[in-house]
Amino acid sequence: MSTMQKLVGWIDDRFPLTSNWKTHLSEYYAPKNFNFWYFFGSLALLVLVLQIVTGIFLTMNYKPDATLAFLSVEYIMRDVEWGWLIRYMHSTGASMFFVVVYLHMFRGLMYGSYRKPRELIWIFGMFLYLALMAEAFMGYLLPWGQMSYWGAQVIISLFGAIPVVGDALSTWIRGDYVVSDATLNRFFAFHVIALPLVLVGLVAAHIIALHEVGSNNPDGIEIKKHKDPVTHIPLDGIPFHPYYTVKDIMGVIVFLMVFTAILFFAPELGGWFLEPDNFIPANGLKTPEHIVPLWYFTPFYAILRAVPDKFLGVVAMGAAVVIMFFLPWLDRSKVKSIRYRGNLYKTILAMFVISFIGLGYLGTQAPTAVTTNIARVLSIIYFAFFLLMPWYTKMDKTKPEPERVTG
Amino acid sequence: MKKFLLALLFVPLTAFASEGGIHLDTAPINLNDYGSLQRGARIFTNYCLSCHSAAAMRYSRMEDIGLSKDQIKNNLMFASDQVGNTMTISMTPDDAKLWFGAAPPDLSVEARARTPDWLYTYLRSFYRDDSRPTGWNNTVFAKVGMPHVLWSLQGVQDLKEPAAGEHAEHGAPEFTLVKPGKMSPAEYNAMVGDLVNYLTWMSEPAKTTRLELGIVVLLFLGVFFILAYYLKKEFWKDIH
Repeated sequence: MSTMQKLVGWIDDRFPLTSNWKTHLSEYYAPKNFNFWYFFGSLALLVLVLQIVTGIFLTMNYKPDATLAFLSVEYIMRDVEWGWLIRYMHSTGASMFFVVVYLHMFRGLMYGSYRKPRELIWIFGMFLYLALMAEAFMGYLLPWGQMSYWGAQVIISLFGAIPVVGDALSTWIRGDYVVSDATLNRFFAFHVIALPLVLVGLVAAHIIALHEVGSNNPDGIEIKKHKDPVTHIPLDGIPFHPYYTVKDIMGVIVFLMVFTAILFFAPELGGWFLEPDNFIPANGLKTPEHIVPLWYFTPFYAILRAVPDKFLGVVAMGAAVVIMFFLPWLDRSKVKSIRYRGNLYKTILAMFVISFIGLGYLGTQAPTAVTTNIARVLSIIYFAFFLLMPWYTKMDKTKPEPERVTG
Repeated sequence: MKKFLLALLFVPLTAFASEGGIHLDTAPINLNDYGSLQRGARIFTNYCLSCHSAAAMRYSRMEDIGLSKDQIKNNLMFASDQVGNTMTISMTPDDAKLWFGAAPPDLSVEARARTPDWLYTYLRSFYRDDSRPTGWNNTVFAKVGMPHVLWSLQGVQDLKEPAAGEHAEHGAPEFTLVKPGKMSPAEYNAMVGDLVNYLTWMSEPAKTTRLELGIVVLLFLGVFFILAYYLKKEFWKDIH
């Protein structure tokens, strides 16, 4: 027995190293027909690690103090060795995290990955999405630019629309009557420790649940139905390692090419990733003409503005996120994957995508009478996608699912 | 999937166009033109850096645009004596507010907040307006608190009233030079071009490094992709 084997044996007697390696990698059997859309789960994990590592280095020089924060970011950009690279990785990473997560969620929608027996994976994923939104929102305050400040001011004031307790609640969140140093300090605490802990814990739960039931695939059928009679390995399954680890390396490189192209050549991405107004230090006495959250929140922001009443708008905005939790029980289709669904579902899913992107775009623009009406129509489509799902998924003419995966 | 990707194509790449309706000229930005950046630095330290600070910018960083520490010390430092200091000013924001109505903004990252084109047009669009406390107004920034600091160079210009039936917001506003300055209009434009070039460089001194490094990183990833592609192909050759 080699020294290495002895060492592993010594560890295995005290810690389930080999058995975990097998359960989660070398003997985790994933369907062999994963396509392009299946890269985004591992990419989301990659971006999470990038954000945590770059974030640790940023906190070494960032000052969570209303008088120092803005200049400390510029200090990182100029005087810290490679500080500009670390900061741009973090700011580009924030937006790319949402790009990856939205594509990952859309994959789930297309192939019915939220359906039984994967309801809990979806629910953990939705909690991850919520925690990520909170993480991004609080992180965006830290550079202490005009858009950081006024974005936070607007979003926190939304809690003020809640009857009776609203004002007290928003004061409690801010720790002051306006966004101030107290708010910056607590957002910093949440951003660098509280929410990352929640995110990492939820990622673990998300993956443990996935490895318990096994991955879905583009055909939306269960590979565990057809196992080798001797080995009990699914006939259409291949070990995650090495097959999907080498495949994911390829995906990671393509992703990094897009990521670094943005980071090095257009870190502001025309105002989508870093807004021009955020290069002006926060000033509580000077409201910018046009306050918008960053692009990943704008679909919900557009829904908020589409409702004439402020309180009902806040309710609609919250409902737009909460309703996604119920997806596993709203879908009554006989099949999971879009490949075997009928034209009705495909049309409605396309309309949903258009409404989400359309709302996202309208949320970045100053509202006019016409665009507000468009946002109303799109909001109705958004909610109809979920609320009418039990009916249209049942009516939809589905095709028979194959017995084995089709590649 | 195809519909989704197609829809993405229609999302415009620029989320926030510059303030609607204001005509902006294109600034002659060239971050590799050290001569222009050095001339801009001279204008900046002589004309801007007494009311405006650039608190994130160290004097010594100007070594990046081809100046030695001695050159910086002897020619460009009026408000400080340590070459490692940042470009702060002695005027306090409270005094500034009292004297100008609003504290002049710090210019460290002004070019990123406003865009170079905005600055280039703004600095050439001051005109005489007796209704303003400073006697100056600006077509890019109406009722601006800043007086025309560069007037001795540009001279004094009046805003040409648009002819009857013409709408003022169409095209660039026109000016008439009523009193020439020390520079010809062409010299003045070139000087403002240098100044804005410097302000743009100062707003992100690492930008040229970033652009150069980006090409190397992408080339590396390109080579890495080829290896990863064949590695994947080799591993997957038995999977059908």
